Amino acid sequence: MARTLQRSHPLQSYESAFAALPEGISVKAEPYLSMTDLRLPEDVDGPLGKALPREPGGWVSTADGLIVWLGPDEWLVLSGSRGPGELEADLRDLARPNQGSAVDVSAQRISLRVRGRHARDLLSGGCSIDLHPSVFQNGRSAQTTLGLTGVVLLALGADGDDFRILVRSSFAGYLAEWLVDAATEYR
Amino acid sequence: MQLIHCPWCGPREEVEFHYGGQAHIAYPEYPSALSDESWAHYVFFRDNTKGEFAERWSHSSGCRRWFNAVRDTRTYTFLKTYKIGEVAQ
Repeated sequence: MARTLQRSHPLQSYESAFAALPEGISVKAEPYLSMTDLRLPEDVDGPLGKALPREPGGWVSTADGLIVWLGPDEWLVLSGSRGPGELEADLRDLARPNQGSAVDVSAQRISLRVRGRHARDLLSGGCSIDLHPSVFQNGRSAQTTLGLTGVVLLALGADGDDFRILVRSSFAGYLAEWLVDAATEYR
Repeated sequence: MQLIHCPWCGPREEVEFHYGGQAHIAYPEYPSALSDESWAHYVFFRDNTKGEFAERWSHSSGCRRWFNAVRDTRTYTFLKTYKIGEVAQ
């Protein structure tokens, strides 16, 4: 009989470890999102150009997801409702007339949500970004290293206690171990 | 750890960056006209400055853009960083 592969989440086995985190820190693996890497010339205008965050280290929410600034001519578009192929095709149609490109990178990263009053201290232990809500609040993002792995860090909310981390799937286990280990001091 | 100021992302840890050698080496105008010796000079020969040195750096863990920096090779102090195509002020 043919065996079919079950789709599984890289952090499925960490659910109990996340549930046992000390009070003041909550880590949750978020459901898969479709992600497309969009490259466009810096001077692109029009509806697509206007929708993109232009400021370095910014992100904006859209009708079904968000757009993250990755570089002066590069953005990561995330969608919760459109499938990977659909999102890529939609963006490619928009990018093509502007000499841009859109490539599906949904399998590259997974999303983690870190919340709680100790969340900022926890993350500060692994990266040099100033995470204080006066500079890193809702709408700010940073590509940096957390622990030893590269992440895209997004700030949500205005109080500095709500973050989303996009991490490469193959490094997700490492990051989960790191977060659980770093959280022990808040026990 | 030393922080390097990426012209796009702002101050970041040094480990996020990648060194790219001496900056502002112009590609020969007529590469086909070069002798082997002058081609070798273009490809391999670099200054070994003691003091202020213009270099290329890449923010490889961040925005992955190349930029230029002026660094004091005696003290490893970054004096300034600027985008590709800009001139050091």
